[in-house]
Amino acid sequence: MEKAGGSSPEEQVTGILRRHGTDPSLLLPILQEVQKRFHRVPPRLEDAIAAHLSLPRSHVEGVVDFYHFLSHERRGEYDILLSNCIIDRFHGQQAIQQRLARELDTPPGRVRGDGRVSIGETSCTGLCDQGPAALVNGRAVPALDEHRVTQMVSLVESGVPLERWPEAMFRVDDNVCQPGPLLKSGLTPGEALNAALGGGPENLLQQLEQSGLRGRGGAGFPTGMKWRLCREAAGEHYLICNADEGEPGTFKDRELLRLHAHALFEGMTLGAWITGAEKGFLYLRGEYRFLREALERILDERRDCGLLGESICGVNGFRFDITIRMGAGAYICGEESALLESLEGNRPRPRNRPPYPITSGFRGKPTLVNNVETFVAAAFVALYGSSWLTSIGTDASPGSKLISISGDCARPGIYEFPFGTSVEEILEACGADSPMGVQVGGPSGSYITPQEFHRRLAFEDLSTGGSFMVFGRERDLLEIVENFTAFFAHESCGFCTPCRVGTAMQNRLLKRIRNGEETGAEALELLRQLRETMIGASHCGLGKSASNPVFDMLEKEPRVLSARATSRGRVR
Amino acid sequence: MNDQAFTIDDHPVPFRRGESIMEAALLAGIYIPHLCFHPLLEPHGSCRLCTVEVNGKPLPACTTPAAAGLEVTNDTEALNQQRRTLLQLLFAEGNHCCPSCEKSGHCELQAMGYWLKMLDSPFPYLFPRRALDASHPAVLLDRDRCIFCERCVRASRELDGKEVFALAGRGLNTRLIVNSPSGRLGDSDLEASDHAARICPTGALLVRGEGFRTPIGKRPFDGKSLSETCLQRAAALLKEGKESER
Repeated sequence: MEKAGGSSPEEQVTGILRRHGTDPSLLLPILQEVQKRFHRVPPRLEDAIAAHLSLPRSHVEGVVDFYHFLSHERRGEYDILLSNCIIDRFHGQQAIQQRLARELDTPPGRVRGDGRVSIGETSCTGLCDQGPAALVNGRAVPALDEHRVTQMVSLVESGVPLERWPEAMFRVDDNVCQPGPLLKSGLTPGEALNAALGGGPENLLQQLEQSGLRGRGGAGFPTGMKWRLCREAAGEHYLICNADEGEPGTFKDRELLRLHAHALFEGMTLGAWITGAEKGFLYLRGEYRFLREALERILDERRDCGLLGESICGVNGFRFDITIRMGAGAYICGEESALLESLEGNRPRPRNRPPYPITSGFRGKPTLVNNVETFVAAAFVALYGSSWLTSIGTDASPGSKLISISGDCARPGIYEFPFGTSVEEILEACGADSPMGVQVGGPSGSYITPQEFHRRLAFEDLSTGGSFMVFGRERDLLEIVENFTAFFAHESCGFCTPCRVGTAMQNRLLKRIRNGEETGAEALELLRQLRETMIGASHCGLGKSASNPVFDMLEKEPRVLSARATSRGRVR
Repeated sequence: MNDQAFTIDDHPVPFRRGESIMEAALLAGIYIPHLCFHPLLEPHGSCRLCTVEVNGKPLPACTTPAAAGLEVTNDTEALNQQRRTLLQLLFAEGNHCCPSCEKSGHCELQAMGYWLKMLDSPFPYLFPRRALDASHPAVLLDRDRCIFCERCVRASRELDGKEVFALAGRGLNTRLIVNSPSGRLGDSDLEASDHAARICPTGALLVRGEGFRTPIGKRPFDGKSLSETCLQRAAALLKEGKESER
């Protein structure tokens, strides 16, 4: 059934393999290309792939089986995945999905008999400000409504190739609603590099340290210290930008990657200059494939003007280049050590730490890993000096933070606020009128009730990677929490017991509570027990934070649960 | 010689550089519950039963290096309760039928249940459907009992110099797969004498023809507790390992 295109599947795979070479760390890009070609990774071709990369066949199978965007079973020629993020849900994803399923005669989770189309769900695609959204063969289609569904159905039925679908269907709005110092800053390519090169590496490190810049992923590790420690580590170095923003409700990197790509690459090149890394990766989440071409063009531009490649800015021996690698539908890859495993072609299982990437990262070598916003901010610190950051924010959290606002508000989009801004002020800015609550930091973050709206955005109070979901009073908190537990169960890598089984068990219990099959008290006790064990024993942050939404609900809105407790008792 | 020490539940424990908390504890005769750890294998840290508190911070004893002056808490009701929960989750996740399992009495998972005084699982049983592989003439793979500790995966790679097993899938859909063209055990190069065939802590991998060689009642965990047996075995293997390294 595979499209022959003149040559056999085996011959086509040989072509793909020849193009990529024999480095086993290229397994994922190879599999992505195979998936695209055949709408699956045919098991019988795994032997050839394994042999070519000198890997056990089971390794290839284990990797294919891990990622949501790779599959052994054939997906439709048009593979439609709808984002099941709670925000997309509230924007009508389920009704859209039913409509698509009905009109395309394709039950969700299945491939239509003729192989033409399949429909499924996927985790947040980073388009909650313009949802509900879908990925069609990996390409983002936002703002799905009845009209767009009708359009999609007719394009699919008449077999129009995706490349010839109307451009308007793929148009992603930037939705920058409130730019601040970072979004308003700009640089001429090379400007920050030249400024830094003039002052020397020690000067840049001091600027970064004095600026108080902390990692924008949420953990807040001091950037200057990280760069210095990584520089001091012995041996060959690597550099990675983590652009795998997968926390549901987060989409600010999407716009940084479009509006500030030069600043991002400049920040990465500065990191390379400090650490001596000659090879860098931009690990871009699969959902953002639509950004890739433009990013590749900008990389080419920078190579053309001597800002990447050999003798950067005319400095002898300053050599660095950046490769874009795509994720394939796995939230866990946002965890930096899982990302490293993914880059190496392994199953992305978080590593035991220490050692940390600054001393033992990609291929066991010292590796500087920062996220998009951090590299962009670092470039501006290099250009404008530490005061660019210290002039706003709080003492412990200098500067500003990009926030992705979605949900029940008048103006969802991307906002930049100085650290120290209160939830109340943010709600006012986005036009949210007396909401029920706000989820700050995504499912792994915190649920904030109106009593806490005075709390502030800062590492010392509400630390967040940037997700800010607003929930109006008509929303069902239990539905939200169940959705979050489903997310964690779907994204758990499965390595450690507490997370693998705990996330699934949480989700099951929440479903039963929602269906009235479980009385409050018993389920509550089990959920408490699960939480303690998941926090106390999980291998990485996913398992440790996966019970946060449940706990927040139990602690802050216990009525939600008791209201569901039925007199029916416990039904098995 | 041992030049340094740390404490476990206030008992001083000597250690050599490079040893984990788990290794040092076992050599000192202190039992820390574990399933995925095995003295002959690289530490893994996936079952999390060996989670202890190291200077107040929860960490797996098997992957955490011993260091002078560490204060480790191990045998407390809170940690054992957590271990009981982990065990209950493992029992609820798979399909474990101790009374009819030929591994009964040899099974570390079952023995751990007794050791931790686990009486039942309050969690809903998930009753997964997993494929049985009876294609190998000498070894049976019953995935119902797999707990994803990867002992067989590691033993095949590290001790047998093969690569017979691997994990696939993710989350609750994690599954043990076999490295052969058909994916069946019978087509792999596994032999019954391989470490990988005999290292399973549960009844997921069973060497055929041996099931009832030792009668029920006389099996390792029938008379002695898990901790006693494990300490003896582990200490012997670890010492052996250290000897051979010299």
